[in-house]
Amino acid sequence: MPLDVEARPATEGVDVSRHRESVEIATGVHWIGALDPTLRTFDIILRTANGTTYNAYAIRGSQGVAIVDTVKIEFSSEFFARLETVARYDEIRAIVLNHLEPDHTGALPELMRRAPQARLYVSTRATSMLKALLKPKEEERRFVYTTVGTGDEISLGERTLRFLHTPFLHWPDTQCTYLVEQQVLFSGDVFGCHYCDSRLFNDRVGEFRFSFDYYYAHIMRPFKQHVMDALKLIEPLSIKMVAPAHGPILRDRPRRYITHYRELSTSSLAGAICNKEKTLIIFYMSSYGNTARMAEAVCAGAEERGGVRVSLYDLEGGEIEPFVDLIEEADALAFGSPTINGDAVKPVWDLLSSLAVVNLKGKIGAAFGSYGWSGEAVRMIEDRMRGLKMRIPISGLRVKLIPTDEELEACRDFGCRLSDALSGGKNEPAVIDFADLA
Amino acid sequence: MPKAKITFEDVEQTVNVPAGTRIIEVSEKIGAGIIYGCREGDCGTCMMHVTEGWNNLTEPSVLEEKILRENMASRHDRLACQAQILGNCKVKPA
Ligand SMILES: Cc1cc2nc3c(=O)[nH]c(=O)nc-3n(C[C@H](O)[C@H](O)[C@H](O)COP(=O)(O)O)c2cc1C
Ligand SMILES: [Fe+2]
Ligand SMILES: [Fe+2]
Repeated sequence: MPLDVEARPATEGVDVSRHRESVEIATGVHWIGALDPTLRTFDIILRTANGTTYNAYAIRGSQGVAIVDTVKIEFSSEFFARLETVARYDEIRAIVLNHLEPDHTGALPELMRRAPQARLYVSTRATSMLKALLKPKEEERRFVYTTVGTGDEISLGERTLRFLHTPFLHWPDTQCTYLVEQQVLFSGDVFGCHYCDSRLFNDRVGEFRFSFDYYYAHIMRPFKQHVMDALKLIEPLSIKMVAPAHGPILRDRPRRYITHYRELSTSSLAGAICNKEKTLIIFYMSSYGNTARMAEAVCAGAEERGGVRVSLYDLEGGEIEPFVDLIEEADALAFGSPTINGDAVKPVWDLLSSLAVVNLKGKIGAAFGSYGWSGEAVRMIEDRMRGLKMRIPISGLRVKLIPTDEELEACRDFGCRLSDALSGGKNEPAVIDFADLA
Repeated sequence: MPKAKITFEDVEQTVNVPAGTRIIEVSEKIGAGIIYGCREGDCGTCMMHVTEGWNNLTEPSVLEEKILRENMASRHDRLACQAQILGNCKVKPA
């Protein structure tokens, strides 16, 4: 029998900052989360201008109650107060954790104490993290949990929770949980944002589009490929409501946010650049023009080969953010830096330390530069790129002070080899020797 | 020293390595898509699928067996931080 999701008994003029009760967001489905309006920095990497919410949910069926996620530990009392308005602890059969990060599992140990009969449901990737999180002492190693994957279900009677395995969004153990009969997707951090508004629902709260995009850009962007995989599971579902773990509950046209995730995860430049062509971006910085001349020669050499689209950028003339966008799309990156006081120059490091939001794994890297006597820059840049999990198939090129014609020829050759490494490699797997990798 | 070839199917790259090399040491350097957590066989993050040459890796330890079980490993899954390469094989992220 289809249940009515439309019933919104308590939604007219909701203001959860004025009480500690639950809010019924669909029949039998209750928000039991907490508001954190004063939070300004989250996980070090994120800022929020008006705090966040930790959304937790209780779902009641004829055969017991399921809790989906909890809250950050400091907000436990608010969570338990709201929970107690919808269920007794002995009614709780299932505790579903969509991922184990402390902002959603802070109240878990206490909840397990109060509802010892409840079984935990976590993703197949969560086991070892769960143990690290709960640190059970030998004598109490008896907590029960079940690992679940895509398609697994638990029945609460007339309500069924079905799991979707959506790893790396943004933790390895991330999953989403779908309330089948009412088509509500409990999506965890996915489709969430740090935006605190006591009116709870996307059609009631203030303007949160910026926060939604910002959250995606900092939390989900490094995992675009995983987002696409997850969307393959989510998009075919009928969805009346998306209930994320942070920010507004998306009940008004929830599909828009799903579509928006696909747009955000799809390369914006892909259409503009021929698919078969590989892309190489050369960034450089130069005080007297020596490294600049090297960069031009590397560029010319790389272009000579054809099949590789090469771009040349002087770091002095650009901002970090658009460069990060370019890097995300590129197949190879080359950095040219002189050595100044035993180091590469700061704009290079600024860029190389701004890449945590993009996936660099497997991209090809290269470094070159002019130097005066010690020339450390090239090797340091290579090490950094290796640290970022890039491959360095062609070892760096240094020129002492002003490049001669011969040295410029070597730069040109360096560009050619880089281009070959880029257009080769695929299709026919070339064998490389382990000794050449380090 | 005996050598072996390991192919990382996701990046289509084959590497010639000395026998006994741990897969983690190679996959990180070439940037294959295997992801690492603890690096000591405890977290299961680096689970990968062996598509060919299953028998050309060192046997999983008791600990690795346990972690594989806990992480619902399928038949030819191994932990890249534990498995050492003895002969030719092909792997991809699990
Ligand atoms: C303030 C300053 C510090 C420098 N420090 C070093 C150094 O520590 N090691 C080195 O090899 N060269 C050093 N150099 C020399 C430059 O690397 C060299 O002049 C190079 O050719 C500059 O290249 P560019 O024209 O591309 O900037 C230094 C130069 C300046 C102006
Ligand atoms: Fe999270
Ligand atoms: Fe979160």
